[in-house]
Amino acid sequence: MINFGYSLSNDRQIDFDKNDLKIARFVNQGEPTFKICIACGTCTATCSAGQFTDFNFRKLMIMIKRGEDHKVKEEVSKCMLCGKCTLACPRNVNTRNVIINIKKAVNLK
Amino acid sequence: MKFDLFVLPFTVGLAFILLYTVYRFARWISKLSFAEKKKFWLWLFTHKTILAIKEVFMECLIHRKIYKNNPLLGYMHMSIALGWLALIVVGNLESRIYSGTHLNPPYFPIFLRFFVHDHHGIPWSFFFTNLMDLILLFVLSGIILAYLKRAFSFLFGIKRKPRRRIQDIMIMIILWSIFPLRLFAESLTASVYGNGGFLTGTIGSMFSYLPYPNELAYTFWWLYSISLGAFFFVLPFTRYMHIPAEILLIFMRRFGIHTEKKYTSFADLEVYSCPKCGMCMDKCQMGFAANVKDMQSVYFIQSVRRNKVEEQKLYNCMICGRCQEFCPVGISLNDQRMIQRRLVADVVDAKFDYLPEKVIPAVDVVYFAGCMTHLTPAIKKSMVEIFEQAGVNYNFMDADGTICCGRPLMLAGKDTEARELQKRNEDTIRSSGAKILVTSCPICYKVFKEEYKLDIEIMHHTQYLLKLSNENKIKVKPSDVLAVYHDPCELGRGSDVYKEPRKLLGKAVNLQEIKNSKEKSLCCGGSLGNTQMNSFKRDMITEDACKQLLKGNPDLLVTACPLCKKTLGKYATVEIKDIAEVVAGQLNN
Repeated sequence: MINFGYSLSNDRQIDFDKNDLKIARFVNQGEPTFKICIACGTCTATCSAGQFTDFNFRKLMIMIKRGEDHKVKEEVSKCMLCGKCTLACPRNVNTRNVIINIKKAVNLK
Repeated sequence: MKFDLFVLPFTVGLAFILLYTVYRFARWISKLSFAEKKKFWLWLFTHKTILAIKEVFMECLIHRKIYKNNPLLGYMHMSIALGWLALIVVGNLESRIYSGTHLNPPYFPIFLRFFVHDHHGIPWSFFFTNLMDLILLFVLSGIILAYLKRAFSFLFGIKRKPRRRIQDIMIMIILWSIFPLRLFAESLTASVYGNGGFLTGTIGSMFSYLPYPNELAYTFWWLYSISLGAFFFVLPFTRYMHIPAEILLIFMRRFGIHTEKKYTSFADLEVYSCPKCGMCMDKCQMGFAANVKDMQSVYFIQSVRRNKVEEQKLYNCMICGRCQEFCPVGISLNDQRMIQRRLVADVVDAKFDYLPEKVIPAVDVVYFAGCMTHLTPAIKKSMVEIFEQAGVNYNFMDADGTICCGRPLMLAGKDTEARELQKRNEDTIRSSGAKILVTSCPICYKVFKEEYKLDIEIMHHTQYLLKLSNENKIKVKPSDVLAVYHDPCELGRGSDVYKEPRKLLGKAVNLQEIKNSKEKSLCCGGSLGNTQMNSFKRDMITEDACKQLLKGNPDLLVTACPLCKKTLGKYATVEIKDIAEVVAGQLNN
């Protein structure tokens, strides 16, 4: 086949029946404000770690809520827990505790 | 006749408590680390012991710190503690004169009135009888106050009382009954023999119409002995264990032993020294402002002692250190909580290998704004402006991206992870060869000062700006703006910086002082120490703090912490500025 420099995107279909929502459930129990996140991305914009690497808290939250767990452990380990996101969050999500709970959930698995 | 069966409960109880105390003391001392042990034995025979004895007298008997808090409460504690000791000492002297020998059984002075009735021909007997009555009256006045405290606790400056456990209630009732029982026993005996001092004699003569006075008196002597014995037997298992523990605590503290990062023998001793008085409860903002009632230090220390620390309550604390400031025993409550957090959370599950290794040019001063300062850009702008004005050879270390100082991780108990961040920052700062590190964030300041191994001077910007001003590098012009200064927890109680910001502000504005300032200052509610509290509770604390800060109707609210500025900004009805902004606004170069 001739390579035109384009390729097909991978299948982005998410099967909620198959996906494992263990982490989401665990985090939700430990920090109820987890579910009020509107994924606006303010946290990601202000993130200290985000200045140096592509750590994206908004994506992380979405990934967990969808049950796409394979990259969560690696992603969450980048957080420096500095707490800027907590102050910036317009929904008052207790982001630091969300991170702590994600770490716990990941380690339990 | 110097023996009667009824002395047994007391004597056995006394032997038990003495043996137990010796055993516990030996264990606490033997489990100290080698360095601590060395300190202990090295200082034991020096002037420090005398100072410790003085402190024991002032704190364990006079209860000076409680006096400062509330005189009535102080008197109550003093009358019972000092009075009881006086009863023992004077009683011993008296019994020696009465018996004519120095070797008396230990129960003899306690039950002297039962054994010796005929006071004729004994020197000083009138004096001693009345003196003992006076001391008993002194103790009883304290006991009466203790009864009253149940019903009218507000008179003693107590708003909230901690929940008591069953054994604590039991020993309290026993303590309340000991001295009234003694009074009745002595009075009844006095009524039988027609003697007694001004108190026991008078009450005795009132009792003289009662039938069977002899049998009645004997019953009360039994009850008195049983109550004493019971007190000694339950003491180790209750909060009253603080009585012996605090004495050893004061000695060890005087010898330079402190609670550090691990749960050492000294930390254990501190836990046992907690009298569960609940003074921390009234001072806790989470209690009085946010109505959270189950996590205060009194409960926390109790849970450590019982080995039942609940993680949720452990993390539900702002580590503001206000309780510690008011603790009459001086337990390092913040350190205790941090120790437990470390036990729970000090595992490594973070990788910071993405962080760049940054080298900065050689300068005199390194400026580290900190994460929070980047959220309040006015502060860093002002700092840069001041640096430029003063002509300082500086480098803004984290102008494009901050590597966190590590304190937030430490507050969560993750020390090992924090070390990695610390190492990165240390390397960067060292690479500059600077002599001074200036930071705008008290959270960073505390960790730089205490944890980082840098051989340079670390200054918070309040200190640095004062230094610049004193060296005439910047000139601050005065104004007549009425301002109130909010002490950030980490800068004030955390790092003992109270004077510098006030001096600096004094040059620029008209400074107003409020009731809860300096050591008693209020937390803004934004603390990173608490990971459990939701935003509604935080807002309640912020609102209350704002209300108290702005009571005197100032024009301006000044703080020295970006986090406080951000948090208080929500509820402040007047303009809120960081100290750097105030100075930058009043520059006159």
